[in-house]
Order: sequence, then structure tokens, then C-alpha cells
Amino acid sequence: MLVEGPVEVVGEDGEVTVCDRFSVAVCTCRRSKIFPWCDTSHRKRAKRTTKDEDGTA
Amino acid sequence: MTTTTARRLSRRTVPALPEPRGPLSAAVMGLLRGERDVDVPSPAASEPYGDDLQLALYVLYELHYQGFDGVPDEREWDSGLLAVRGALEDRFLGALRADVPVGAGDSAWAALDELQVEPVDGTGSVSHFLRDEGTVAQLREYAALRSLYHLKEADPHAWVIPRLYGRAKAAMVAVEFDEFGGGRADEIHAQLFADLMTDLGLETAYGHYLDAAPAEMLATVNLMSLFGLHRALRAALVGHFASVEVTSSPGSRRLAEALRRVGAGAAAVRFYAEHVEADAVHEQVVRHDVIGGLLEEEPALEADVVFGIRATGHLEDRLADRLLAAWRDGRSALRSPERAGTAA
Ligand SMILES: [Fe+2]
Ligand SMILES: [Fe+2]
Repeated sequence: MLVEGPVEVVGEDGEVTVCDRFSVAVCTCRRSKIFPWCDTSHRKRAKRTTKDEDGTA
Repeated sequence: MTTTTARRLSRRTVPALPEPRGPLSAAVMGLLRGERDVDVPSPAASEPYGDDLQLALYVLYELHYQGFDGVPDEREWDSGLLAVRGALEDRFLGALRADVPVGAGDSAWAALDELQVEPVDGTGSVSHFLRDEGTVAQLREYAALRSLYHLKEADPHAWVIPRLYGRAKAAMVAVEFDEFGGGRADEIHAQLFADLMTDLGLETAYGHYLDAAPAEMLATVNLMSLFGLHRALRAALVGHFASVEVTSSPGSRRLAEALRRVGAGAAAVRFYAEHVEADAVHEQVVRHDVIGGLLEEEPALEADVVFGIRATGHLEDRLADRLLAAWRDGRSALRSPERAGTAA
């Protein structure tokens, strides 16, 4: 879920995490390894006909 | 180790011209050195993805970024050089159009959705290989090669900004602002990459690894310059950018894991860790607002968005094949590992 930044997330334990990016992807599936932010772990996994790409931008 | 020492700015260096790789690149280098009566051979005889043509094109494109030592800045707009560049581009683009067919009704959204599915096995992907079995030497080679792009990260994409308007422009600028550090020079992604290189003991001077880079690497950077410099290819540029942003987040996570596994420093891990988080955002903004905004205004450009996505995959696959073939064979993936100073 995209939220306009900067964003402050208060966790269940009261811990505050801040991100000042212009837009922030907040994890809603709880699978992210960088929770509370999204790391695209929600994506479907399947056999692919094409190869996986490696570029970074 | 990077945080305590003063950072060197990669782009304070203006590189020397590289070594030619055949008659075309030798002729281009001759023109750039100001030689008279240089006979430029027709690119028709040259392999479109080969070392000679790709290097000639790469050198001509560099005049628009950082230039070369001894070549006057004004030659960026030398009509003779631009004519040579145009002929090389026709050959390269012609090969891409032939190898990457796009049907009339092909959907940009379907092309992007395909990239969003994470493969179960990951065979053939460099980031899977490096995460699972990459050595420090291989990670250094990978960084040395990718430096051709990352030391000017997001620069080729800035050229598309004047060609966009409305929602697409606002979104593209927002993503580029993030790529350029959100107003902080220390956070410019190209600077984060230079910090990664320092951590890995690589030379950060701009252009240092050009001679070491095989044609497959040059082609991936030439693709961005080609799309970025031509307004007619604005939709292909946007498709290219979207495809990289979509695949970057999971790929970056694997590369961050690879660097942690081999005990690389914090700055090296940081570049990829930042991209896990940033590109999860960029991907959505580029999809919904850059591509969505562009196609709302100019729906006829959808085929070129698809072309940009597929051309990127085509050239990235060629690069992955080259790197993995060398590494699985126990060889260096660089053309000249000794000269590049990356031999472990
Ligand atoms: Fe980036
Ligand atoms: Fe990005």
C-alpha cells in the first residue's frame, strides 16, 4: 500500500519507524523482511517461462 | 570503512578513451582524437550486439554524460559524429526490433505482470547464483561491470522528463528525485554505488571499468541511452524503466544477502538494501502513474512500452548468460581482469 511520505508507523509494541521518502510502500501482508515497509514479498511465486532479470534501478 | 574516509566523487574523473575493439570503434576513436580522413566502415558488416559496434556506440553516447579526456565538450553536437551515431543506432535498434517482436494488441500490463511473478527455481538469474554460491571475486566483478550504469544511475532516464507531461511527468520526476538522493548529495544512488565499490576495494573513478566490460554489458547501458535520447522512443524508455524497477526489489534483496554472506561492509550492503525498499515504491509509481499516465494521454504508444520491457529482458538475458557461463566455468567474466585490477 502506497502512502504519501514522510510516514511514521507505530508498531504494536509502540516502536516508531520513520521513512521520509516522497511515497512509502507500507507492508500489509506481514511477509516483508523489512516490515513495516514493503519488500515485494507478497508477490506470487510460480514457474516462469521467461528468465528472472537482475537489473537494479 | 567508507564512512570514516572522505568520499571521492567518481565524476571528478574524466576518463581516457578506451581501447578499440575492431574497425568501427577504431574509426570512432580516431574521429574523437581529431584525426583527419578517417574512413568509418558501414555498420552493416558489424555484429549488432558485438564488441566493436557496442563500444563505438557507447563512446559516442558518453559524450552526452561525462565525455573523455582530450575530447572537447563541444563535440557532443558534432554533426559528423551524430551521423555516425545514427547509423550505429539504426543497426542496434533494427536488431532489437527483429529479435523482440511486439504484436499489435500486446498489453503493457500483461508484460509487467509477467515480470512480477517470482520464479520458483531462479535458474539463469545472476542474483540467485550470487546469493547461493557467489564468491567475493564474482561479486566484485559484478559491481565493476554494473558500475558502467550505476555511476550514472538514473541519468539516462532524466532525458525523458521534457517528453512527458501531466501525471506521467509528475510521477517520473518524483521517482528520479528519489534516485538522485531526495535532495541529499550523500544519498544519490550513484554515490551509494561508489560507496559499495569502495567497500569492495574497487576503483570508483568514472569509466575505469569500460575496457573490462564485455559487449553484453555495454548493450544494456546503450539501450537506456538510445531510449533516453530519442523522443520517438519515450514510451520504450518508460517501459524499460518500469521493467527494471519491477524486478529490482527482489533481485536487490538477493544481492544484499550475497554481500552479507561474504562479509562485505555496511556500505556495500546498503546500496542493495536501499533498493529493496525504494524500488518497491518506484515500481508501483512507475506502473500506475508513469505508464498509466502516459498511456492515458497517448494510448498509441502501448506497443513501444511493451517493446521497451521486452528489449530490456532480451539484453539482460544475454548479459546473464555471459556472466553465468564464465563463473560456472571458473573463469573471470571481465575482458581484462588484470588491467581492471579486480583479480582476487
Ligand atoms: Fe536507484
Ligand atoms: Fe529505483
